[in-house]
Amino acid sequence: MPETERVSPDDVRRVAELANLELSAEEEPRMRRDLNAILDYVAQLAELDTAQVEPMAQVSEVLASVGEAPSEKQSVLRDDEVRPCLDRAQVMASAPETDSVFFKVPKVIER
Amino acid sequence: MSPLTATPAASIDGIRSAIARGETTAKALTEIYQARIAGEDDKIHAYLSVDNDYALAQAARIDDLAAKGDPLPKLAGVPFGIKDVLTLEGFAATAGSKILEGYRPPYTATAVKKLAGAGAIFLGKLNCDEFAMGSSNENSAYGPVHNPHALDRVPGGSSGGSAAAVAAGMAVATLGTDTGGSIRQPASFCGVVGVLPTYGRVSRYGLIAFASSLDRIGPFAASVRDAATVLGVIAGHDIMDATSSPLPVPDYTANLDYGVQGMKLGVPAEYFAEGLDSEVRSAIEAGIDKLRAAGAEIKNISLPHTRYAIPTYYVIATAEASANLARFDGVRYGLRAPQSDTLAAMYRRTRDLGFGAEVKRRILLGTYVLSHGYYDAYYRKAQQVRRLLAEDFLTAFREVDAILTPTAPTPAFKLGEKSDDPVAMYLADIYTVTASLAGICGVSVPCGQSKAGLPIGMQILGKHFDEANLFRVGHALENLRRIGAPTP
Repeated sequence: MPETERVSPDDVRRVAELANLELSAEEEPRMRRDLNAILDYVAQLAELDTAQVEPMAQVSEVLASVGEAPSEKQSVLRDDEVRPCLDRAQVMASAPETDSVFFKVPKVIER
Repeated sequence: MSPLTATPAASIDGIRSAIARGETTAKALTEIYQARIAGEDDKIHAYLSVDNDYALAQAARIDDLAAKGDPLPKLAGVPFGIKDVLTLEGFAATAGSKILEGYRPPYTATAVKKLAGAGAIFLGKLNCDEFAMGSSNENSAYGPVHNPHALDRVPGGSSGGSAAAVAAGMAVATLGTDTGGSIRQPASFCGVVGVLPTYGRVSRYGLIAFASSLDRIGPFAASVRDAATVLGVIAGHDIMDATSSPLPVPDYTANLDYGVQGMKLGVPAEYFAEGLDSEVRSAIEAGIDKLRAAGAEIKNISLPHTRYAIPTYYVIATAEASANLARFDGVRYGLRAPQSDTLAAMYRRTRDLGFGAEVKRRILLGTYVLSHGYYDAYYRKAQQVRRLLAEDFLTAFREVDAILTPTAPTPAFKLGEKSDDPVAMYLADIYTVTASLAGICGVSVPCGQSKAGLPIGMQILGKHFDEANLFRVGHALENLRRIGAPTP
């Protein structure tokens, strides 16, 4: 990665597209500036040698190591029982557009 | 003390016994707090919504119990505010965002349901940074909260409304959430007690998620005793949250008066390095001296990876946020941009209209660090450093019972002071993010104030599920500050 300008204007547009975000002409350079500033700061993580370190995704991984939680192997699954869930009419009441059974959206396929 | 922080002196136990003895009613008390909100909150803006009729109906049920002479539940008649990232069925839950404007959730968060079951009165929903992303409350789409101690200053964030409401006497206790410091830092800035419970201690069902491996729910209150009482109510296993712990919930108030005699308390050098405000340093050192004089053994310790905590946090938190916030798409609830020709255009325009700048910045950053070619360099790397940070704490807790640090590097800063510099803003969380990454518990307790009268909080960190010891130290600090340290 280059030391300066890690994030190019094309990168910002590509990431915005992946994230389904629309950026205005004014927002784009501002976001690029901020992402570069933050990633420059993040770059100091490279100083650490972590070749032998397992990634930690969840707190439960360290809890298991101190005996405060079941390890993944002993992890307890709940019974797979049918239980009541939210009422459809109540959920649909929050929808921007619905025929009361389905959520309605604009057409999915262009042309 | 400014008039805005001259709170009606009410404790949770005091309220319950006063109602039980017929000295007051839940209705009368609720009306006092409602009047206070009506009178003061135009200056502070802690509340996003209030529902006086709902609160008075809750109060009437408590008064009925009291009239019959029935035993009153733990939080009977206690006026609460709830951070607006937590759901209460039928009530607005904006998460401080335009994208959820008008949304009425069809279900209630477990922590909120437990408060209601214990007799709490809900005054309203509290302002916060949009999706809990921020350290100043300036990212709320509905306008910032002002610090009750100095109205030109921020209350901290993201749970700024939750801290300010307690500080200004507009609630006896509140719920907030903490992902990287969002309970502890505003507690420090507003001069109240704020608790980060151990990851898994409190169910997150009904919390609008920001970063799921970090998000936690915890209480704010004016005293350690009240905060401990509220945690005892909201903690516990919940079938609706697979990360909630099955460990039993102790009585968090049982050991409060044990004092710190014989406790080993660690002071990590890395938390007193460059960047720490001199007045904050003096206040925390004075607090440490009081605890030492009261019989605690103070040990110098090292948490060697501390300086890597902020970059680690901002990679992991934004990566998780980019995934969690994908659900806001204009399909099922909340805002939808009108008149889009295609589904893809509707998604993009809805998210453009609905999200503020900081939320977009974090979604972009999170998407970038997870994207092809950068995953190993950023996301995997951050997860590896996260383990080193957690191991720093596990090592330290072999030697000490709790760790004492400043909660934040400075007292409350001015509105607008850091809003144009994301990295400077992120550094406001420099002392809080490490505990978030490690999953340990913490509490911020008022420890002093600056010459300008701004509150300064001490952060007390404890090992996983050791909240009771934190409350013991925090309560001792409160007492020592009230009576002055005994002469050694």
